Amino acid sequence: MLRIENIVKRYGDHLALDGVSMEVPQGKIFGLLGPNGAGKTTLIRIITRITGPDSGQVLLNGKPMTAADVELLGYLPEERGLYKKMKVGEQALYLARLKGLSKQDATVRLKEWFERWEIAGWWNKKVEELSKGMAQKVQFITTVLHRPELIILDEPFSGFDPINAELIRSEIIRMSKEGTTVMLSTHNMGSVEELCEEIALIDRNHVVLHGPVKEIRKRFSNATFRIDFTGNPVAFADALAFHGELLDHPVDGTQCTARVKLLHGATLNQVLAATLPAAQITGVREEVPGMHEIFIRAVSDKDPQSVSTGNTE
Amino acid sequence: MGKIQLIIWREFITRVRKPSFLIMTILGPLLMVGGIALVVFLGMQEGGIQNIVVVDKAQLLTNKLKETDDLKFFYEKTELSDSAFKASPYTVMVDVNPLVLENNTIQVFYKNLPSLNTQNHITSQIESVLEREKLRVNNVDPDTYRRIKTALKVQLFDIDKQGKRSYEQLKAGIGFAFGYLIFLFIFLYGVQVMRGVMEEKQNRVVEVLISSVKPFQLMMGKIVGVAMVGLAQFLLWVAISLILGSFGMGLVKDSMGGAALAKDVPQVTAQLQEQLDKQGVKLNETAETSEQLGVMLEVWDELPVTWILLLFLFYFLGGYLLYSSLFAAMGAAVDSETDTQQFMLPVTVPMIIAIFIAQTAVYNPDGPAVFWCSIIPFTSPVVMMVRIATGNAFSHPGELALSMALLIGMFIFTTWLAGRIYRTGILMYGKKVSWKELGKWLFYKG
Repeated sequence: MLRIENIVKRYGDHLALDGVSMEVPQGKIFGLLGPNGAGKTTLIRIITRITGPDSGQVLLNGKPMTAADVELLGYLPEERGLYKKMKVGEQALYLARLKGLSKQDATVRLKEWFERWEIAGWWNKKVEELSKGMAQKVQFITTVLHRPELIILDEPFSGFDPINAELIRSEIIRMSKEGTTVMLSTHNMGSVEELCEEIALIDRNHVVLHGPVKEIRKRFSNATFRIDFTGNPVAFADALAFHGELLDHPVDGTQCTARVKLLHGATLNQVLAATLPAAQITGVREEVPGMHEIFIRAVSDKDPQSVSTGNTE
Repeated sequence: MGKIQLIIWREFITRVRKPSFLIMTILGPLLMVGGIALVVFLGMQEGGIQNIVVVDKAQLLTNKLKETDDLKFFYEKTELSDSAFKASPYTVMVDVNPLVLENNTIQVFYKNLPSLNTQNHITSQIESVLEREKLRVNNVDPDTYRRIKTALKVQLFDIDKQGKRSYEQLKAGIGFAFGYLIFLFIFLYGVQVMRGVMEEKQNRVVEVLISSVKPFQLMMGKIVGVAMVGLAQFLLWVAISLILGSFGMGLVKDSMGGAALAKDVPQVTAQLQEQLDKQGVKLNETAETSEQLGVMLEVWDELPVTWILLLFLFYFLGGYLLYSSLFAAMGAAVDSETDTQQFMLPVTVPMIIAIFIAQTAVYNPDGPAVFWCSIIPFTSPVVMMVRIATGNAFSHPGELALSMALLIGMFIFTTWLAGRIYRTGILMYGKKVSWKELGKWLFYKG
């Protein structure tokens, strides 16, 4: 749906993005990750046409983006902001009309949202009278009101209490199900695991990881399994022999859990075959690394190319 | 509504709705008219009755000076000592020396400086009495004297203007007033543009806005919207001033028996002069005032009013666009109002130069400084107004055209320049911006 091709952007001597490419599939929730200063905001600003790239291009639905396409985008910047002295309803209408909605359509849709979120009473309040969280809810509505094809949310959950964060989360999922593509930039790895189907990780002006979350997690898994068993832990450890390495010592008791890392060339089957005589295996599951761990491992790697080999497109 | 119209509308309506706009609209003309009235009033008004003691050693003036409601004359034959005067109820002491007929000198001592009105009254009264005394001493018939006495009135004519009297200076003054208005509006509303840009930047609302519209559209929308606020305010001021003015004129008419404002002012003046002469009084202030009014009316008739207004509008908008785009760039480049100082100076200096040069143009509309400043776009909106009002600009249509063309070219250039600084600046936070930095922004790729 959105295709970013070889974007280079420099500010004076500072190289903000260096040959960044990625593809955001239609109707999916896509996570844009990266440490602070990696170039995420610059990339988002290029997609939203706030700035232009020095080279490279952004394709929307297969065609290079034009100025008119900004109406197909909804953008919630990380730094939220509304006119403080303007009334909520009037301001939401203004922002919606700047996105190309007619006054009538915008009014009808706004009333719908305000009723659904039970905030109709805010309409005539000035923004400065609202709390920070309330203002952010208004801003979220103005971001998605014109039903954009692509919604770009920069840290959408920051500043919200758990209840409102949940409200935003459910709206994101709902819109995604309706076919809207969502690009989520966040440092909250929990919500990435929960929401995102695909991610791209930018570090030091490059894409270092790109692909479906499941695949990436699998790729980062280091053949470690949790094996539940009953029986003698010492016998279990002895039985592992050359097939696996015991990472944690199993706890004594009737029910034990061992973390086993497969040794080079060994398969899970071999480990199980070896240990079956020594213990009663009650469960096996693969230990998949979380996005948090993947993030840290990808970013702290001094040579990003080694991680991204074959991963970037 | 197009996006840029939407922006213009928002900028306009949010400002016009503010209570401060209403207050300024009402207070502006009131302050202006009130201020002038207050100055005039204070200048004419006495803080009560003036008791003037005339030390008339030669007995020339005693009981011959005309009193008014506020000015009472008392006569003494001998001089009062300083302490005696201080202790006396007199407020002013006029010391007329015995040789006054020869040396034409009197000395006035006061406790509080008497108003110009009082000074004029004392002077004119004593002058006329002394004159009559001299006529008597010299055996000259007063009627003969009046025929002989010559009050020279100089009437200036511009040879290019078919023998019409010219009041260059008065017209230049009117032009200066228009120029000053332009100066005032550029500052008042240029700063509003700057504040508006800074507000959007500080609020961070700007990032949302420019994901919908181009930064240049946003900047121009704000500049045009604020210009409309300025024009609206100006038109309201004109309307209110006209209403207040006609009310004021009505008062003047009443007090002058409705005659002074008629077209035949010189005739009225002559009549007045006659009456006053009969009373043995010199042409006094009332007659002077009515003559000035006559001149005003004549000048007004002579002024190319339509052209002045059209060109005023042109220079007002041109100057405003030129400067407000710079103000917008300034607002975008900084994080807070205190940081604007370093950029404020280069913007304000040309305007202040313009006001200075325009002032000299009132007395010398043909000087080289006036010429150059009326051509250079940064000063031309103010200075050219003086040349337009005197008609000087119309005798040099080429210069006027050049000045206008340069102004158009320059504001296109400054808006382009400002647009480039603006689009980078509004997204730049926490950076102390230098001139060098600004220069770099000009060459960033969109």
